[in-house]
Amino acid sequence: MLRVSASPHIRDKTTTRSVMLHVVIALVPVIIASTFIFGWRAPMLFGISAASAALFEALARIVMKRKQTVGDFSAVVTGLLLAASLPANCPIWVLLIGNFVAIVVVKQMFGGLGDNFANPAVTGRIVLSVSFTAQISTYSVLGKFAGDAATDLVSSATPLAIVGQGQGSLPSTLDLFLGCHAGCIGETSVVALLIGGIFLLLTGIIDIWAPISFIGTTALFMLATGQDVLVHLLSGALILAAFFMVTDYVTTPTTILGKIIFGVGAGLLTGLLRVYSAMPEGVSFAILLMNILTPHIERWTTPMTVGGAKHAKS
Amino acid sequence: MKMKWLGLSQAIHPADKKGTAGLAIKPLSGFSRVTIPLDMQVGPGCESIVKKGDHVDIGDPLGKPLGAWSVPVHASVSGEVESVQEQILSDGSRAQYVTIVSDGKDTVSELVKKPVVTDHASFIEAIRVSGLVGLGGAAFPTHIKLNPPPDKKVDTLIVNAAECEPYITTDNRICLENAYECVAGALATAFWCGIENVVFGIEDNKKDAAVALKKAAKRAKRDGRGSVEIKVLPTSYPTGAEKVLIRLINGRIVPEGGLPADVGVIVQNVTTIWFIARYLRTGMPLVKKWITLDGGAVKTPGNFEVPIGSSIEEVIEKAGGLKAEARKIIMGGPMMGVAVDDITRPILKHNNAILVFTEEEAALPEESACIHCGRCFRACPMKLMPAALDKAARANNATELDERHVLNCIECGSCTYVCPAKRYLVQNIRNGKTLVRAARAAAREKGGQS
Repeated sequence: MLRVSASPHIRDKTTTRSVMLHVVIALVPVIIASTFIFGWRAPMLFGISAASAALFEALARIVMKRKQTVGDFSAVVTGLLLAASLPANCPIWVLLIGNFVAIVVVKQMFGGLGDNFANPAVTGRIVLSVSFTAQISTYSVLGKFAGDAATDLVSSATPLAIVGQGQGSLPSTLDLFLGCHAGCIGETSVVALLIGGIFLLLTGIIDIWAPISFIGTTALFMLATGQDVLVHLLSGALILAAFFMVTDYVTTPTTILGKIIFGVGAGLLTGLLRVYSAMPEGVSFAILLMNILTPHIERWTTPMTVGGAKHAKS
Repeated sequence: MKMKWLGLSQAIHPADKKGTAGLAIKPLSGFSRVTIPLDMQVGPGCESIVKKGDHVDIGDPLGKPLGAWSVPVHASVSGEVESVQEQILSDGSRAQYVTIVSDGKDTVSELVKKPVVTDHASFIEAIRVSGLVGLGGAAFPTHIKLNPPPDKKVDTLIVNAAECEPYITTDNRICLENAYECVAGALATAFWCGIENVVFGIEDNKKDAAVALKKAAKRAKRDGRGSVEIKVLPTSYPTGAEKVLIRLINGRIVPEGGLPADVGVIVQNVTTIWFIARYLRTGMPLVKKWITLDGGAVKTPGNFEVPIGSSIEEVIEKAGGLKAEARKIIMGGPMMGVAVDDITRPILKHNNAILVFTEEEAALPEESACIHCGRCFRACPMKLMPAALDKAARANNATELDERHVLNCIECGSCTYVCPAKRYLVQNIRNGKTLVRAARAAAREKGGQS
């Protein structure tokens, strides 16, 4: 029997799974760096987070009697990104709740991959930071990076907290770049994030528009409000978000102009929250707010088809 | 990889698989019988003028045209008419088929003689009588295309030698083997139609053919026949799509719903143009077709000249047979070709390839949810949003489809090709176009009544 189907009859090799695996590979340098900066707890958190996210995804699909999608690796990416935005001393049970919220509530309850309007990792992180403030708002780092003799994790202020409160001494620019200071396990090492980000850019998984407009707008905002631009660029979740969150396919626009609007909006909100709100960090809220605007941005920036003209209103 | 990080890469680049590019066109003969459909064109076809038992020679007309758009269909072998039957085509429409049992002599009809062309009208009539339709795959009657309404001033003839579909290499071979006649055909067409400029568009993966055309262009100029420009374009898909090619050649944008003639251009496939030159020289109508036979199941892929109406099965057999079970047979390229339901289907005028796919090549991927990655949007040569059109088509939302200009889709398949979620985008968009046409027709009817 001959198979009859409509053209095209050939397909590109890229699959949803290969895209997600590229993102996982891009996070490997971050995981390695986190092991040096925060010790064994960091890779353990990444591992537990990815595994629990995958488990919640699989269970949710079974309970909802829908086609199993855990094999697309999107849940693993969410798990890794959620762990990346939590401190090394985050209790395991808090991490598990975060993954439950991200995968089950934010992603699957809205229909699963592609239908979630908000970034699951970002929203999971926000829910944890409001619900379990005490557990995840103390940051730590290995003793040797905090001028301490202890070989274990010691709590320490993040650079943004130091800037916000105006007390304590900031790490050197080199340490900010390498990530040897207190903070969330996946956000401190700018060099590791850049390696992952450049990998994603070169393999065409993401493009430059949203990251560049997001980082650029934040920098300009800090410059305009007289802040220390370099500290703001090199600390907090800015670089992590620039390459892994404002580039999320599902929750950001697909048009180039849309990506730029998203990046500029998220940059402005990040600046406003960091400088004028009570919180030292504002990247997560900025992204969530822009996620909500995404369908509208997409509509506003839809280009005219080649040779097309506006239809006359009848 | 270039420009990937900017997300600007417009066209797609499927592996070109043009392994047959170096293989000369080989005539196949000795076909036992041919089954010739009398409808192989856009617009109405022909009605049979032969009956069972009639003797026909090569070039004898088999049917009389049903309308102004219709072109005649000719016998491709000499022999006896075995039957005239109505059959259902693979697209569900009906057409008359004339089956001729070959007498093995390949006698050429006395009616075949060099046409006398003295002006535009006699040129157009000669083209119509030759049975020519667009040989690039569209089967649009050439005499209609070369005779645009008088209010459209055409100043450029673009000869499409892009051949952007993977696998197919017949245009490439025609250019290589008959470069001078391709150029001469283009100049003759331009002369009789009063068109000033002639530009050939060819992709840079056909360097030899481009060189051959350039040499032929120089010779034609020396011979005082006129000048043509050979434009080498970067290889990508769908460079050969009419509207895309015009944009690449002279930057003109065909308006939505419009034709190339609206921007002063006529596009003809290079094999069509070559055929015109050959017809003016010999008077032999369109009875043979040049095809690439390829695909994983084919033992010896190559380029062949076969009589129109010969069965795919017999062509494969004469060309060397299969090395694996045929699971899908495509008429045309893998991006826009039509999958046929039966290996005994005949070769048509506008076939330029027969691809025989193995089980592995014929596998249909399972689709998953759209991840909103934007690859389809970036790949779309018409700057449409295929994912949004797909969604609207699945929801039967004709209003949204129309607002999003679904009718401007050229159905090149780039969106479906790149989709990582393996969604059947262009397939649903085709349904969407049908929905919009129906909705518009209904609105017109309603408007007419009130």
